[in-house]
Amino acid sequence: MTENSDSALALRAARLYYDEGKTQDEIGEILSITRWKAGRLLALARESGLVSITIANDAASPAAAPSSGIIPTARSRAHGVVDSASLRAFVTALPGVDAIGLEGRAARIATRSVKNESKREALDTIIRLIDLTTLEGADTPGKVRSLVQKAVVPDPADPTAPRVAAVCVYPDMVEHAVAALGDRAGDGLTGIGVASVATAFPSGRSILEVKLADTRYAVSKGATEIDMVIDRGAFLAGDLDLVFREIAAVRRACERPDGTHAHLKVILETGELRTYDNIKRASWLAILAGADFIKTSTGKVQPAATLPTTVLMLEVVRDWFALTGERIGVKPAGGIRQSKDAIRYLVAVSEIAGDEWLHPYLFRFGASSLLNDVLLQRQRMTSGHYSGADYVTID
Amino acid sequence: MNLRELAPAPESTAILNLRDSYGLYIDGRWVDAHGGSMATISPATEKPIAEIGLANAGDIDLAVKAARKAYDTVWSRMSGSERGKYLFRIARLLQERAREFAVAETVDNGKPIRETRDIDIPLVAAWFFHYAGWADKLDFAGLGTNPRALGVAGQIIPWNFPLLMLAWKVAPALAAGNTVVLKPAETTPLTALMFVDICEQAGLPAGVVNIVPGLGEVAGQALVTHPGVNKIAFTGSTSVGRHIARELAGTDVALTLELGGKGANIVFDDAAIDEAVEGTVNGIFFNQGHVCCAGSRLLVQENVHDEFVEKLKRRVSTLRVGDPLDKNTDVGAINSREQLDRIEAISATGEPEGASRWTLECAVPKAGFWFRPTIFTGVSTSNTIAREEIFGPVLSVLTFRTPQEALDKANNSPYGLSAGVWTQTASRMLTMADGLRAGVVWSNTFNQFDPTSPFGGYKESGFGREGGRHGVTAYLAAGGAR
Repeated sequence: MTENSDSALALRAARLYYDEGKTQDEIGEILSITRWKAGRLLALARESGLVSITIANDAASPAAAPSSGIIPTARSRAHGVVDSASLRAFVTALPGVDAIGLEGRAARIATRSVKNESKREALDTIIRLIDLTTLEGADTPGKVRSLVQKAVVPDPADPTAPRVAAVCVYPDMVEHAVAALGDRAGDGLTGIGVASVATAFPSGRSILEVKLADTRYAVSKGATEIDMVIDRGAFLAGDLDLVFREIAAVRRACERPDGTHAHLKVILETGELRTYDNIKRASWLAILAGADFIKTSTGKVQPAATLPTTVLMLEVVRDWFALTGERIGVKPAGGIRQSKDAIRYLVAVSEIAGDEWLHPYLFRFGASSLLNDVLLQRQRMTSGHYSGADYVTID
Repeated sequence: MNLRELAPAPESTAILNLRDSYGLYIDGRWVDAHGGSMATISPATEKPIAEIGLANAGDIDLAVKAARKAYDTVWSRMSGSERGKYLFRIARLLQERAREFAVAETVDNGKPIRETRDIDIPLVAAWFFHYAGWADKLDFAGLGTNPRALGVAGQIIPWNFPLLMLAWKVAPALAAGNTVVLKPAETTPLTALMFVDICEQAGLPAGVVNIVPGLGEVAGQALVTHPGVNKIAFTGSTSVGRHIARELAGTDVALTLELGGKGANIVFDDAAIDEAVEGTVNGIFFNQGHVCCAGSRLLVQENVHDEFVEKLKRRVSTLRVGDPLDKNTDVGAINSREQLDRIEAISATGEPEGASRWTLECAVPKAGFWFRPTIFTGVSTSNTIAREEIFGPVLSVLTFRTPQEALDKANNSPYGLSAGVWTQTASRMLTMADGLRAGVVWSNTFNQFDPTSPFGGYKESGFGREGGRHGVTAYLAAGGAR
């Protein structure tokens, strides 16, 4: 075998391994070589620079695992590549989380009093940050069209009410949402985005091929954002490498032919990860693997979003920013139904990550009934009295 | 949007129903004071709140005699369960009127309404509830059966937690069967005077609680040296505590002193860093740093120092300083001009002695007494700011390399009231707690108080314990058959 063809084979092996998450066994089968040969090809790919694995020893980075000294940099993230041992060493060396302290911090945030003009502004901000969601087995094109209308004109009685950031639907509903939006479509700021859950949502219990196909389908139909779920089973079993490679592969599947990509929100399903240490590790893992957003929950598992969990995830994106200068978004989803609760999340964003995170590119609420409660609060602030559920539209 | 600048959310003072002037409360009646009067002012505005009569030695004598009479004729003869009923009643009344007391405390002391509402007043009620439960269980206090009360307790309390310190003193004293003469601090007598109302609503017999505002050198001195007093409980400065100890040397008067502190907050490199940052902030900026057990010395392991200090400054930058009545205020006013001068004077030694100063940039009101949260880094153990109690929102950051060095530095202080340890390693936590010479050691938290937990100091931080079983024994003597 010539050196040239070995390189070509190494490149193919690397693609299969890193982009599609194949094991060395599977690569061997596909390329008709032994798994040892596959391993050697992967090593060659790394040594020859075909694949760049960047684990930098970055002394100037204050925010991450001080005791490990290993800081994956933004560059490794861009390549979607990191080796398994370093990954494990890195996330397990992250400082732990003291549950009582974290919950105390969240409770203190919840005592902030947001009144008058601040409240008015907060309510409008909440609307601008909502991913208006329908994720039911009973969803139909008609239901999705109706949801889109609500997203565009949340309050027919008050044209000053802003529109939401995005609608969030299942992959087979993406085309209907895109059609209903027409020229009002955008990226959450420029117009209304279309977010699609994917990767065998909500459990994620399927094979990678299916998850990637799910993702590619939604992107091809015009989804501007993909909300994927991580493999919680693999995470809890300690197979961090698999979780990482799946996220990286889905991130590639988000790419469009023109080189842009649908923004990737990675759902950690914090209600299944349970401990704050796990949530912190999964947050870092998702960001390293290429997440544009980290998202708490599917909404199908209890508990869904909580304030302490969101505070913790905001701390991670704040630290990532300090480390790399790159801003990652956070999306609490599920269980946030009242304006009062949502305002507490805004305060958390402001105090933990900073006011610049109060932007559709960097913070979203995954919610459905929240919108109407915010509209009722808005109406009260405008008119001075409470109306009722029949003064806002169902969807 | 801008959530850093929130619209004002002031708590209303309409709930207050204050008088223009207050006298002394002796033997169940308001009486005139004979030591002159002074206005108590709001430290956030410098505006007077009410005119307060000051007790002289004669007034103190009347108060002690009233307390003696109540002790002899009523309180010492009452069963523990009956005394407990009064205390439960007081606790419930305080809960019912919690907002009123929170507003009054904030106005008089300058501390934020968030703290009086969420911490001071709930703890006050908790203290009375806790000791109400003790009143009929004194046989289990550890002094054998039928322990006896000491008699009349003279109690002198500080200005940093006015009503809470009253609760710490009055609740165990009454539960144990003593009667009390309490002198509130000169700058913060308001809530103690309002407490009279609670005693009357609870139907407490006359003379069991006597409230006598006054100057330390007049009323305080008279109370300490009064021959009719069986017990003195003092919380305040080490210099006054020393003076009291000298006065009482050789007498049979029981004494407990809760004095100053220079608490060490020790952060290891394996700590939950973000929570340790939060705990450090609570440790020193809670109550403007007017806390005897404040974590005023931060000892950080050298290998995480830079990261930690950066995060700490970031967090402190989100603190809101200003009107204590605003529900969003984190750091309120310094209690008095005198205290502000002291904080400024000690802080001024920091830079000349080699430390680097960082002060939160924020606007503060023109009137009133204000000191912006300040962090000194590069502090050495020999620096004044590492030795002396500043009693203000000023943190001194030192470093250490090994657990032993952390222990040595933490213990290298004339004080020994509090310490905090931040580590995720349980064995290290226990080793540190064992080696720290401090009355309270907090594990992965700071400035948490609970009525079941004893509180007190080593060395120049005083002696005796308040809170829990230990707290009630400070008002009891071993008895026997009665």
